[in-house]
Amino acid sequence: MKRPPTSQPTTSSGATAREDGVFNRRHFLVGTATSAVLPLSFGTTGVREAVTDAALPTQVPSSSVALLVNGRTHRLILDNRTTLLDALREHLALTGTKKGCDHGQCGACTVHLDGEPILSCLTLVASVEGRAVTTIEGLAQADGALHPVQQAFIDHDAFQCGYCTPGQIMSAVACVEGDRAGSDAEIREYMSGNLCRCAAYPNIVAAIRAAKTEVRS
Amino acid sequence: MNLHSAATAEPTTIRGGVHNTLAHDSAAKHATGAAIYVDDIPEPAGTLHAAPGLSARARARIKNIDLSNVRAAPGVVLVLTAADIPGTNDVSPIGAGDDPLFATEEVEFHGQVLFAVIAESHEAARRATRLAKIEYEELPALLTVDDALRTQSFVLPEHVMKRGDPVSAITHAPHRMKGQFRLGGQEHFYLEGQASLAVPMEDGDVLVHCSTQHPSEVQHNVAHVLGRPNNAVTVECRRMGGGFGGKETQGSQWAAIAALAAVKLKRPVKCRLDRDDDMIATGKRHDFRIDYEVGYDDQGRILGISFDHAARCGYSADLSGAIADRAMFHADNGYFFEAVQIRSRRCKTNTVSNTAFRGFGGPQGMLGIEEVMDAIARERGLDPLDVRRINLYGDAPRNVTPYHMQVEDNILPELITQIEESSAYRRRRQEITQWNRQNAYLKKGIALTPVKFGISFTTTHLNQAGALVHVYTDGSVHLNHGGTEMGQGLFIKVAQVVAEEFQIDLDQVKITPTNTGKVPNTSATAASSGSDMNGMAAQAAARKIKQRLTEFAAEKYKVTAEDIAFLPNRVRIGNQEVPFRDLVKQAYMGRVSLSATGYYRTPKIHYDRETASGRPFLYFAYGAAVSEVMIDTLTGEHTLLRVDILHDAGKSLNPAIDLGQVEGGFIQGMGWLTSEELWFDEQGRLRTHAPSTYKIPTCSDRPADFRMQLLENNPNREETIHRSKAVGEPPLMLAISAFRAISDAIASIANYRILPRLDAPATPERVLFAIEELQARMEAAE
Ligand code: FES
Ligand code: FES
Repeated sequence: MKRPPTSQPTTSSGATAREDGVFNRRHFLVGTATSAVLPLSFGTTGVREAVTDAALPTQVPSSSVALLVNGRTHRLILDNRTTLLDALREHLALTGTKKGCDHGQCGACTVHLDGEPILSCLTLVASVEGRAVTTIEGLAQADGALHPVQQAFIDHDAFQCGYCTPGQIMSAVACVEGDRAGSDAEIREYMSGNLCRCAAYPNIVAAIRAAKTEVRS
Repeated sequence: MNLHSAATAEPTTIRGGVHNTLAHDSAAKHATGAAIYVDDIPEPAGTLHAAPGLSARARARIKNIDLSNVRAAPGVVLVLTAADIPGTNDVSPIGAGDDPLFATEEVEFHGQVLFAVIAESHEAARRATRLAKIEYEELPALLTVDDALRTQSFVLPEHVMKRGDPVSAITHAPHRMKGQFRLGGQEHFYLEGQASLAVPMEDGDVLVHCSTQHPSEVQHNVAHVLGRPNNAVTVECRRMGGGFGGKETQGSQWAAIAALAAVKLKRPVKCRLDRDDDMIATGKRHDFRIDYEVGYDDQGRILGISFDHAARCGYSADLSGAIADRAMFHADNGYFFEAVQIRSRRCKTNTVSNTAFRGFGGPQGMLGIEEVMDAIARERGLDPLDVRRINLYGDAPRNVTPYHMQVEDNILPELITQIEESSAYRRRRQEITQWNRQNAYLKKGIALTPVKFGISFTTTHLNQAGALVHVYTDGSVHLNHGGTEMGQGLFIKVAQVVAEEFQIDLDQVKITPTNTGKVPNTSATAASSGSDMNGMAAQAAARKIKQRLTEFAAEKYKVTAEDIAFLPNRVRIGNQEVPFRDLVKQAYMGRVSLSATGYYRTPKIHYDRETASGRPFLYFAYGAAVSEVMIDTLTGEHTLLRVDILHDAGKSLNPAIDLGQVEGGFIQGMGWLTSEELWFDEQGRLRTHAPSTYKIPTCSDRPADFRMQLLENNPNREETIHRSKAVGEPPLMLAISAFRAISDAIASIANYRILPRLDAPATPERVLFAIEELQARMEAAE
């Protein structure tokens, strides 16, 4: 197997890799980490981990990881390359977090790591061991009472197909709780890493604006 | 629940009937992550994963294909090629035989599927596909519309619509001009990619959970590939994470791969496309080249016009025939042509086969005439709005379309007047002209454009729908119909219709997944017709049951049918009232069937394609938008400053849902016309195959000042479901105003007397080129 040189730009790696019979997460991540796609607020820990990790051959060792999700610890034996997104969806059956692109470009997979939004498709599970992961399923209170942002999304019809919604809500919670919802312009800027192809944007902004007031009071 | 207190409360209306502003039925599930899409269905034990192996050439003969390394790769269970197909190697939606499941001797586009790997994990399947050794003998590839026109390469024969004698009308007109306009395609980028999960059943049958707008067609195609009758295949879809036309035909291939493997291996198989593969291997909106010639009078009134459409269809026909036809049906938009000819050519190229996309050719047709409107206005030195106005459909004889249909429900003149005033178009036009004189590098532009969009499938037989309604003995209702939910709110609208019919609260109506085993032989959820048709079918089913309940009650309580009325959650029988659920229970005991199918076929429509005449549409949906933009003439970038929209949804079934469609449609159209650019290289490879390079509107791209309104007191003149109008597609075309506003801003440089040469999408690069080209023309003229 021949691997294209690492200096290759991201945008062409897909097509070139296809021909050379090579596909790995590494090239993609190298490119993505340097491109401007990631919102600045997103941590890059997972990205760096991925860069060092994904050059491994197809047979990779598995490790045991303790994953703290929504307040519960899960012990899993996972392939070292497993992303947090796949661990959540495929091993913990937490399918609320969506896979939109798997390439760090759409925001559908946004979860919180120690309260900060991250893209779970770019984060290796090994890198979050011992840290607190919160997903859309963990946002409501134990008695089922919704987070004000969840309620605001419902009240403002801030979705159509709903596929981007869990990611939008996780970013929106961070936006509101991190005091980044000062104006509509600030909200729009903060939320611009979360694509909504149905373009429910006006209602998303309205929901966040309303939730901000709710959270404050 | 305490029945007595419910009875004493005697509500005067039900909760959740028609015309109510209601949240989407899945709202709470979306907000908590509980809504289940295909990829979220708990995988049955032993589920395997499929990934397609794609061609790396745009056009080539396959000299040799060696899959031994693929088969030997870790985790691989099976590799499928055309040789494994027991039935027909074709997934064409129209049975054209030109959409192979797996290409065999020749590949016809870069990204065409050659084989599929079935492995223990998605990752293992994807990795293995890269190990194929394929020897290609490259053949010359046709990539563009111009390549195809030059070599006369078409997927389908050309089609012509004609009324009057346009050649003579143009020749004798006081003014004439010719022009050419190009517009780009569009990637759907439904946030949920293509996904199918096939579960083997007994007798070699298969159940396919598929993210599709057209379960019946997936069923037929899977059966076709398996060489089994349709009754061996069941397709189910609860919801899609977006469709936009991209799941009208494009789901069949992946469903068929999963089903073929599942039946062969007797194990469940999931085929969920990786995003890159999805963007490379599935069809997009057709890009067009439009040539026109027009003759007009001093006021800009069109006397004769001829259009030449050339659509890039890609390597196969898919739905290109109907799409290119719809472009022709909308070449007039809202304008009357005294003499007209529209010729349409369906170009075959070595690119992915283009397919349905919200508007289905309509937007392309409309863009052509809106370009002409501006061209005439610039040449005449008139406000483009005045040229648009003078050309609008009016009273007979100015009410006949190029396909000889009379426009009977035209509301554009009044609608335009209303938005012209509410948006203060005239005043702002003056202010902008003034502002532009004072600003050298930043320029503003404004445009008001109308939309008239024909509702019904133009293929007449598709205009039929079915529904299935059960009432259970506790009074709860199970609703099923042939329409699919992709976020557009179809399911809640139809549920509202059924709740209204029975006069029961909406939460008594269970919305259930679309399933070919419940309602068969359905049409795609497309052409914006979902609620029109399925709403009517569900209403018909509910009415049958109501009728039976009425007859039963009349007999049991010894009253006449006229003495029976369905009131909110109860039924008045003579001078007593019985809770709905009690009457249902009594009817069951009295051995009355509480289940019914409903059926609807759209009335009045007919079309003869031979003569290109008839009434292909039951009615038209209208709207208009005013966009104001500012461009930076040094960078070509633009900002959308303000958008006003007035849209016609008839008497809306659910204004909240409809407003969402209007704003979403506008923004999606704006993306298509201003930022989304599909770029293929000389080898025919799509280089913009991820959102990093393909720019989809984000939250910060929505116009800062966005004023949207549904037209009020405006019931559909046709007898549609509760007098509502279809709303899925028409609003996308409101975004043409944004494109024309950019052109207007550029035109200000030449004092609004020259039409800029601006093709769509109006990316900063194109805007810059248009400015430079315009300046060069001005200098040449001096
Ligand atoms: S799935 Fe992670 S950003 Fe798209
Ligand atoms: S609601 Fe469909 S992508 Fe956002």
